[in-house]
Amino acid sequence: MTAIRHHIPDDMLDAYRAGTLPHAFGVVVAAHLSLCDQCRARHEAADMIGGAFLLGAEGANLRADARDRMMAALDAPAPKPPPRASGPFPSAVMHELGGRPPHWRMMGGGIRQQILTTDREGSLRLLYIPPGKAVPEHGHSGQELTLVLQGSFSDSAGAFHRGDVEVAHDEIDHQPVAGPGEPCICLAATDAPLRFRALIPRLLQPIFRI
Amino acid sequence: MMLRGGLRDGTAEDVVQDVMLAVWHKAGQFDPHRADAAGWIYGIARNRRIDMARRRPLAQPDEMPELESLEPDADQIIALQQEARHLAEALARLAPEQVEALRAAYFDDVPHSRISEMTGLPLGTIKSRIRLGLERLRHELKKIAP
Ligand SMILES: [Zn+2]
Ligand SMILES: [Zn+2]
Repeated sequence: MTAIRHHIPDDMLDAYRAGTLPHAFGVVVAAHLSLCDQCRARHEAADMIGGAFLLGAEGANLRADARDRMMAALDAPAPKPPPRASGPFPSAVMHELGGRPPHWRMMGGGIRQQILTTDREGSLRLLYIPPGKAVPEHGHSGQELTLVLQGSFSDSAGAFHRGDVEVAHDEIDHQPVAGPGEPCICLAATDAPLRFRALIPRLLQPIFRI
Repeated sequence: MMLRGGLRDGTAEDVVQDVMLAVWHKAGQFDPHRADAAGWIYGIARNRRIDMARRRPLAQPDEMPELESLEPDADQIIALQQEARHLAEALARLAPEQVEALRAAYFDDVPHSRISEMTGLPLGTIKSRIRLGLERLRHELKKIAP
């Protein structure tokens, strides 16, 4: 297996760790962390530094009944564990798939896709591209984050294999072509196409005092 | 992180209880070969805080495969504990402004851009401060690495 060469940018890993990344992008980051030892190490090293601060933090005073309530809560059943990774799909992707194999929709030219989630912050889809086939050339109205789960693709930015992520911005028009061998399966997150999405909260801020 | 995050009175208990429960339920997954306890708990607390604030839970990486066949490797566990202790000691030796920048970034999980807003310092200064602090930490840690 080739080494992973295209990683999650620093700012994006920061945003993931802070919980501020849109859900679709968070799933791609979690899936990359499942495949990439290097980024997993960055992620866990940051937790270790957080832990060192935690040890130095002053404790908070808790109410006297906190302990009793805690002991009672321990009897509640444990939350359900997340679905296991399956085939090329890490656990975070299996979760989006509802624990089932993909339900592909034919797009023409042998290309298939399944939309996993879509909300006002962005959408997440799985793409299946037969060897040698190209995804129609397209631009982006925002940011696109694509993780290869199986096979490979290449475009003007280079070649991407299992575990590699490509970050594509507004200006880029690109045409990914699947490599030879296995069909290419990708997980792709995109920003919502609403260009004014950043404007709305700013306009509402003074009205709702948020 | 949790208690400094501007939570209203009374919610601190709920947060602490919630995190303790999560730690309790995940205790079987803790692997002392891979993580020090404080960092592991910090990771759980960070995720719980995010999930409480978000509509959808944060997507999580795969759990690492358990190394069931292996006997506990005392050397590796001790080495990791030492690394964590030296990390804490190295933190104590940093300049105060480096500690503050690191604390904001790693303990409070504030994005670097927000730190810049809060302190009025240019983003470049914040980033270089964090980088300097981390480099010094790494340097300190190298001294103990085999
Ligand atoms: Zn990586
Ligand atoms: Zn694209």
